[in-house]
Order: sequence, then C-alpha cells, then structure tokens
Amino acid sequence: MGRFREKLEVGEFVITGEVAPPRGNNCDRMLAEVKAYASVADAVNITDNQGATLHLSALAASRLTLDTGLVEPVFQQTCRDRNRLALESDLLAASTYGLENFLAVTGDNPHAGDHPQAKGVFDIDSTQLIRVACDLNEGHDMNGNPIDGATDFYVGAAAFPEAEPWDIQKRRIAGKIDAGARFFQTQACMDIEVFARRVLEIKDMGAHVIAGVLLLKSERTINFINNRLAGLMVSDSVAREIISAKDPYETSVRIAIEQAKVLFEVADGIHMMPLGDIETGVGILREAGVVSK
Amino acid sequence: MIITTPKEFDHILSNLRDVDAESVFLVGCGSCATVAKTGGEPELLAAAAKLQEAGYTVLGHTVGTEITCNVGGTRSTIRKNAEVIREADAVIVFACGSGVQTVAEFVDVPVFPALDSVFLGAIVRQGEFSERCRMCGDCILDKTAGICPLTQCPKGLLNGPCGGMWDGMCEVIPDHECAHVRIQRRLEKQHRLQPISLPPKNYGVSLKPGHVNIRKPRVRKSLSDRSESGEKNTARTQGER
Repeated sequence: MGRFREKLEVGEFVITGEVAPPRGNNCDRMLAEVKAYASVADAVNITDNQGATLHLSALAASRLTLDTGLVEPVFQQTCRDRNRLALESDLLAASTYGLENFLAVTGDNPHAGDHPQAKGVFDIDSTQLIRVACDLNEGHDMNGNPIDGATDFYVGAAAFPEAEPWDIQKRRIAGKIDAGARFFQTQACMDIEVFARRVLEIKDMGAHVIAGVLLLKSERTINFINNRLAGLMVSDSVAREIISAKDPYETSVRIAIEQAKVLFEVADGIHMMPLGDIETGVGILREAGVVSK
Repeated sequence: MIITTPKEFDHILSNLRDVDAESVFLVGCGSCATVAKTGGEPELLAAAAKLQEAGYTVLGHTVGTEITCNVGGTRSTIRKNAEVIREADAVIVFACGSGVQTVAEFVDVPVFPALDSVFLGAIVRQGEFSERCRMCGDCILDKTAGICPLTQCPKGLLNGPCGGMWDGMCEVIPDHECAHVRIQRRLEKQHRLQPISLPPKNYGVSLKPGHVNIRKPRVRKSLSDRSESGEKNTARTQGER
C-alpha cells in the first residue's frame, strides 16, 4: 500500500500538488516540478491532456514520476479522449507500472482546447469510470468477465464544493462514492465558509476530501480563471480584495494561508495549486502550519 | 425531422470544377429540406440563378412532393427526368445525406451534396430548429424525465453535471441550462427518483449501417408450386439485422 493511501485511510493529513506533462517529449521541466513538490507533497497529480490541449500521455508521465522515487503520482484519466476499451487497457497498463493512485475526471470539451476539431469521446463518464477501476480491482472487466491478475487502484474523483445548485452537485458526489470513489480532490476554494461547510458534508458521506487551494496571484490570473477555466469563478469580493491591494501577489498569498489554516482543521488534505510558483505554494503550507517549517 | 444547412457556394463550385462540369441538374427534397428552407423550390430557383451567373447551364430541377430519401419515389423521379439528367455533367442534390445517396444510386454522372445534414431536430418555430435525439438505439428517456442527456449535454454524459457547470448553467454553451439540472428538477417535480447513477450505454445496438425491416417475410414457395404457376424464381427471404 502506498503512503498516500495509507495516510488518508488512517486519518493523517495529506498534501497533493499538480503537474502537467510536457507539450513534447522533454520532461526536464515536469521532473523539476515533481522534485519541487517532493519536500512537502504525499502525491502529485499528473493531468491528462489538461484543458483539452496536447500533452505527453498521463500514463507515461505518471510512470516517469514514480520512477523518480521522490513522490507518488496520482494517475489521472479523462473520459474525453478514449473509449471504454482504451481506458480499461490503460488502467491495466498503469497497474503493471506500479501506479496505484487513480483519479477519474470527465475532461474539458475538445472545443475549448488546441484541437477543437477533435471528437469528444465520452463513451463513459467519470462516475462510470470510477466503477470500471473498481471492477478491475475486483478481478473482472466492466462487463464482469474475469481478468488475469486484479489491479489494486486507490480510486478518487473530482468534486466542486461551491457549485450551485449544491443539492444536484451533492447527488453526483454520492453517485461517485457509490461507484467506489474513496477520496475527492476538489476544485479551488473561493468562499472559505461555504467551502468548509460542504467539505464536512462530503466527509459525512464517507469519503476523504483533499481541498483545493489556488494562488490567485494577480488581476491577470483572476481574469484567466473567470474567462478560460471551466466552472471556476473568483468571487467579486475576493477579486476586489486582490486587485485593489497595494501588492496583489502578497494579498493572494495571505488569502491562501488563511484558507489553508481553516482547511487543515476540516479537510483530510490540501491540493495545492500555486500555478507554477511551487516554492510559494510550499511556503503557504508552512506559514499555515500544515507542514513543519 | 432531419435538419440541413447549406454548404458554402464556393464548395459546390469547386466540386463542379473538379469534374469539368458545364451543365447541371438540381434535385431538391419535398420534405425536411423544404421545411428547413434549404432544399425546396425557392432555394433551388435561387441556386439555379447563382449557378447560371457563375457560367453553368442549369438544365432543370425537380422537387415535387417527394421525399428524396424514398428509394422508390426517387427512382421514379429520376426516370421521369432521365433524358435531361443524361445531358447533365453533374447533379446537385439539396437534401440530407440519405437523399443524396438515394439519388446517386440512380444517376450515372457525379452527384454532389449542396447541404450538410446537421442533426435530427424539433421545429421550435418556423425557421428555428433544435437537436433533440442522437438516435443512439438505446433510449433512456424513461429514466431521465424525457430529457436526453446524450443529446442535451454537449459532452453526452449520462451522469452529470460535470465540473464545468456553474449556477445551473452549461460550461460549453453558457446560455443553456445544464441538462442534468433540468433532468433532476423535472424528476423532483414528478416525485420520481433518479437512480444514483446510470450504467454505460450499449452502443453495440447501433450497428452501422442501420437497417430495419418490419415487412412480413415472403413465404417461400416450393419448386413444384412455382413450376405449376409458371412463376420465376424471384422469392427471397427478408433479412433481419
């Protein structure tokens, strides 16, 4: 059992980060980011053609990350680019590579990416993909046919605690837990009060919650999130506070520290999204007392 | 109804240039394309004028009341116009892809589509159409309150909403309410419970090309019966798929 799974299951607080595979085969930058996370993170998510843009396969990048011996990868799969047969086959491949942590996500629509002519596959959705990974763990494929050698994935899913209407979002989360999700990594926290309340609701449903903390950095970052990133909106009050500040970067760091402090009390972990400034992200976790200085 | 939209006129001209065509015959559709205002009489007359302006000879056109995808009806329409069509270098069809293929079956010269077939839709009001069905062959509207998530959700997710939903609205088409929110709300209104999650769809049922035959199989007569009646050996069993 990997340390990431073990810590979550025994109730120890975890830290995760996120790394995008390269747009090419030069993995130097990616591996440098993995290294930068290694001092504090229990696992690093390896994204799958994020934003529907071309990157090195998450499967290859997850294996490269595992091979560093520095930190465990969380192998991500979207439902956008592959049908059920390819997803199952890649999961089996992941298992032979020794990849254990798995996150199933829907994926952005191809229209939003750099191959807008591509056909969005979505043969199955993320809830169904969670069940597929659990099926393989039980020694059979999604049709119930036995496989030669069961997998042992620790299966997770994405959640969006601040999305409205919450009752519908919560129902989807329940569906994912019912399908076999053991942990959730969430969209970034905006309104800490609402967010914290809903993290507790998800935990009550029987899953571990790793809460997203995003470094908003600047007006440009906020505009990018509001206009380009699917489903995430920076609230007016937070945006105003950062944009009108004398030092917006410093203010966004302070907001992230405050969020991390609260989440350390209510969540099972923090998923740090420092948008490339990994050292600052690590500093935020240290300042919040989430990791030792 | 099959919704069609016109191809760029330059695309049609480029097809004609590829086969060195000088004269053309136009075929419209008396059904869907007439309603969609893409392949009825007025559209064919307008296209004929543009083609003539571009230097082509339009030998004639036909729309009639026929549905172009009706194999028997189209065969007879083509036969009626056979002499003119024989003189044409190409035929341009203002119908859905099914109509174009039906015409192509009975014509020797190159047949080109003038339209793109975009979806199976509902007529919202005259001139406005909206996609409602993907014809997946495995209908789940019984479970989704009469709203098809495969069609109404741009990602075609059976279980949603996805992470892009914001304030009940769709990520991909921001002025559309999320299909999964609509499904959930309608089910609640009807006091119905949706299953916690729907299983993957069975795309195995939609083997392409589709074929349905509800005609009664012909009774195969014995050889002795046929020889007695002098009937030729033309009976064939009706295959089912």
